[in-house]
Amino acid sequence: MSTPILEVENLKMHFPVKDGIFLRTSKFNKAVDGVSLKIMPGETLGLVGESGCGKSTLGRSIARLYNPTSGSIKFEGNEISKLGSNALKPIRQDIQMIFQDPMESLNSRHTVGDILEEPFIVQQIGDSVYRKKRVRELLDIVGLPARSTTRYPFEFSGGQRQRIGIARSIALNPKLVICDEPVSALDVSIQSQILNLLIDLQSEFSLSYLFIAHDLAVVKHISDRIAIMYLGKIVESGTGENVYQHAQHPYTQSLISAIPVPDPHRKSTRQIISGDVPSPIDPPSGCTFHPRCPKVMDICKHTVPSLIHREDTTSTACHLVSEEVVSEQVRSE
Amino acid sequence: MSDALLEVDHLVTEFDTDEGRVRAVDDISFSAREGETLGIVGESGCGKSVTALSIMRLLPQPMGQIVGGRVLFKGADLTQRTLPEMEKIRGADISMVFQEPMTALNPVHTIGKQLTEVLLLHKDITTQQAIKESIAMLDKVGIPSPDIRMTEYPHQLSGGMRQRVVIAIALACKPSLLIADEPTTALDVTIQAQILELIKELQNEMGMSVILITHDLGVIAEVCQQVVVMYAGKVAETGSVYDLFDSPKHPYTQGLLSSIPRLDSVPKSKLNTIEGMVPGLLDLPAGCRFENRCPRADETCASSPPPLELVSDSHKVSCYKWQQK
Repeated sequence: MSTPILEVENLKMHFPVKDGIFLRTSKFNKAVDGVSLKIMPGETLGLVGESGCGKSTLGRSIARLYNPTSGSIKFEGNEISKLGSNALKPIRQDIQMIFQDPMESLNSRHTVGDILEEPFIVQQIGDSVYRKKRVRELLDIVGLPARSTTRYPFEFSGGQRQRIGIARSIALNPKLVICDEPVSALDVSIQSQILNLLIDLQSEFSLSYLFIAHDLAVVKHISDRIAIMYLGKIVESGTGENVYQHAQHPYTQSLISAIPVPDPHRKSTRQIISGDVPSPIDPPSGCTFHPRCPKVMDICKHTVPSLIHREDTTSTACHLVSEEVVSEQVRSE
Repeated sequence: MSDALLEVDHLVTEFDTDEGRVRAVDDISFSAREGETLGIVGESGCGKSVTALSIMRLLPQPMGQIVGGRVLFKGADLTQRTLPEMEKIRGADISMVFQEPMTALNPVHTIGKQLTEVLLLHKDITTQQAIKESIAMLDKVGIPSPDIRMTEYPHQLSGGMRQRVVIAIALACKPSLLIADEPTTALDVTIQAQILELIKELQNEMGMSVILITHDLGVIAEVCQQVVVMYAGKVAETGSVYDLFDSPKHPYTQGLLSSIPRLDSVPKSKLNTIEGMVPGLLDLPAGCRFENRCPRADETCASSPPPLELVSDSHKVSCYKWQQK
């Protein structure tokens, strides 16, 4: 088997919460709390979760915009979680990011030409003539006219700005692109244009994607495998089809049933879960989903379920699927 | 129709901007029937929120102006009402819920004060009764320990809870019409399901009509009976939810429906797209607004705007080519 492009093991990213008049660190915001995942070359892993579940923090930790608290991040087999900024510079070429709001991630005082040329300047690639040529090529790839180089981001619509963000992310021929909610801010008709563009670019440049979004339908459409995150942990993962058809985790099940389906004939038998996502500063004990879980058992309140791998390559972190519990129940009956 | 609670009739709303006068809503007509939910769907800038603000007479002043048409509520024209008369109607007969509950609530007043305020304004009751009714209302919208929540401030609540408070305020005086402008867009999908269910339940209980404004066709399909599809300030198509989802006639509606990724679609398959962009309100085309993006467009479409034609009794479409496949 080939080496995964990305292998993350037990990654933790805890942010200190300063409190009291001396601003002492008394608690930690456990935004990412022990996540393991793998992405093979040319593959898309979709990461789904609600706001505050830590999916963006996970993406940013992998791109090494943060210094992870513990755990390992292997990029093409090399450990990068502890590298300093100089050692990271060549890696930055290979791992790029696309952000949700292209208005905030593009410098409004720079022309589109400057924005797209900057990655080459930072990495000291080519002379001015070569860089200008590449910028025109990039604009062409993402479907913008070459004359855009002299214009500013505000002169473009949301969808076009996202195209500029995408052009910048693929400028240095990266291997892994982390897409953090790239279509959430866009209208439906524009969203499908951008999704098609991302799918085309992937096959043209053999990119691997970590695609982060809250919309399960969008994620399932673009991904080979998906992982569902809840409160800093991955609760279920597998191929899109397996997770959607045979979700085992009650959270995944309720997430799927909560999605409004654009079909008026399908009057839903909704399974609505009550309550809100708890704070990651003071997460519930045991399985963090237990206060909202419709199938909660005693064991869930004190024991953290581990990810159980099943035959159909799906993994689920839930006591309902863990064999010990099932066999215990059988014994007690 | 006799059972129309609200009838928007050839409404035209304009805004003065630095670049000139723009027509945000251009000659739209639809009606909301008693006890039903009407959905208005469209992309950003299509005029769906301006329509709602025009009905409520809450357009930003002095830039926004209703320059034509009528808004008939229970038979009387709201555009002719004086502002004090409107104030009596708003919150009592017609209420509105906005997208962002944090901005809709006043951060420096307690939940209790904001809830009792609307009751004391519209009803002839004592403060004690208002407090009692407020607690009952919070309980009804599913807020746990409502008597404690009365003394809390908006920032102490989660997004979903805040939206419940906003709904409690909107429904406190039992209005006959609730206008909800993207009420769940800022919320997570599990919370969205809770709020939509809550609105449905309260609607059944109180028998009010709801106008739900959203960009999400899934939400429309789940909760609405009637739908208005808006595009660049005009009604593109209107009909029952079955008319629109089963046999959409306008190329824009068809494009929208085929461009959304669905849970059961083939992964990585090409999504249909609507090429191009919505025209700017400052340079609208002379003919059909959708002409520059439409696969069926020809000279007729570019010459003059298409009228709303009847497809069936319940279904109308504004397209010259709707009979073409």
